[in-house]
Amino acid sequence: MNAFRLLRKYISMLFQSAMEYRASFWLTAAGHSIISFTSCISLLLMFERFGQLEGWTMWEVLLCTGAVQTAFPLAECFGRGFDTFRQLVRTGGLDTLLLRPRNIFLQIFGWRMDFTRIGRFLQGCFVMVLAVSHLPSLWFPAKLGVLALMVLSGAAIFTGVFILGAALCFWTVEGLEVVNILTYGGQEISKYPFDIYKKPYLVFFTGIIPYACSFYWPLLWLTGRSGSAWCILAPVLGLLFLIPACCIFKLGVRHYTSTGS
Amino acid sequence: MKMYFSLFRMKLIAGMQYRAAAWAGIAAQFFWGFMVIMIYEAFYRSSSAGNLPMDFDQVCRYVWLQQAFLHLFNLWNRDNELLEMITSGTVSYELCRPLELFPFWYARLLGQRLAGTVLRCVPVLMIASLLPGAYRMTLPPSVPHALLFLAALTVAMLLATAINMFVYILTFKLMNAGGATLIVSAFSEFLSGSLIAIPFMPKALQYVLYVLPFRYTADFPFRFYTGNIPMTEGLWSLAAAVGWLAVLYLLGAVLMKRALRTAVLQGG
Repeated sequence: MNAFRLLRKYISMLFQSAMEYRASFWLTAAGHSIISFTSCISLLLMFERFGQLEGWTMWEVLLCTGAVQTAFPLAECFGRGFDTFRQLVRTGGLDTLLLRPRNIFLQIFGWRMDFTRIGRFLQGCFVMVLAVSHLPSLWFPAKLGVLALMVLSGAAIFTGVFILGAALCFWTVEGLEVVNILTYGGQEISKYPFDIYKKPYLVFFTGIIPYACSFYWPLLWLTGRSGSAWCILAPVLGLLFLIPACCIFKLGVRHYTSTGS
Repeated sequence: MKMYFSLFRMKLIAGMQYRAAAWAGIAAQFFWGFMVIMIYEAFYRSSSAGNLPMDFDQVCRYVWLQQAFLHLFNLWNRDNELLEMITSGTVSYELCRPLELFPFWYARLLGQRLAGTVLRCVPVLMIASLLPGAYRMTLPPSVPHALLFLAALTVAMLLATAINMFVYILTFKLMNAGGATLIVSAFSEFLSGSLIAIPFMPKALQYVLYVLPFRYTADFPFRFYTGNIPMTEGLWSLAAAVGWLAVLYLLGAVLMKRALRTAVLQGG
């Protein structure tokens, strides 16, 4: 309970400091939302030219895109501390955090958050609402619940990959671009249903970095392509990914020797 | 001129130091390239109509070129060192040098672009040319095509740097131009044909994009290489690109001068 209060304190502090530069905040938020917007427009233009995608309609794919574009900014906002973690390692700022008698994860979450991602988040919500309004088969509480579950589980897994990327910094000091493939690339690839890609991609993104568990498998259930309960359970099973991610990070903390500056 | 050149060389050598990062980058580019190609492929499989604006193997070559020259042409590039100079006031040291600021920074950014690219484009293109079937990167249709492509590539690089300079001019004006540049870069990425190739867009939109300068930094050189743009149109487009380059470079230089005249140095 105490930890929860501390986190709330962190959030309100970071939010206040972001609000000091209000115009800059909203401009950046608008910029982020436009990035999502142009990517959605591109998708719409492709559908206008081709009609459908391997049996998927435009609204079904847009639903998937919307869910991804809502989940990712959540992770980017709250996982910002892990995303930019290498600065903590390089400047030695991590030493300060380790000296405090508090959970290290909590402190890194509270070190930085990027609220400008709200632009992208709202844009994603808008796309989801638009898609749902064109798919009457989704107008049931259970289906909307699964959709919300997709977003939450996706956000958690994206955060997990940020944590994993942060853990890598303990060994390399410089962050690795490879991690960007898994976060930004993962976001990009999950926007389309995974069955349009080659099989190994689906296997990799189900079994190792489980984005497909958050987005693709429940999408099959939502669009009536599969009745299997596994599809609904997949977003929850995907969360198991967080356990090894956090363990590796913990291991990294144990292994950590300060850079000394 | 010699000074600008040696600065350019300095940045080139500094950029080449990070070899491990470059290899990781190449892996990233193949992941990304394959992803984009698979999306196009899925769309091509689903299309019943035969009148597609680009052949599938042309699309593949377009994507590989895009990946190989990613760092040469990106319009959203931000040199944090320069931005930091502007906001912290250390730019005053730069102004003390007996050099014009605009060409000085232009040369620096150009050097960075080339350094980021030289290391990457060769391996990406080499590996891509070993791929099977339609995915393979091939040579351009003819020798004149290759020569014109090289010219288009050079102009595109200069043009992208000229467009990129506006980020710094804006920062002089607004101090924190992060949001403004994000908006501009998001649009320009779309307008240059980096998200989807321009031929896949509706006709009306295509006409608009043909008038703007952005397509000369991606769409034109790449599509010309694949043979999707005929020779005569290519020559005209190259002339238009050179025109845009002159206009934007001069405009940038004038705006930078004016921004400097009213610039307030922050801090001590």
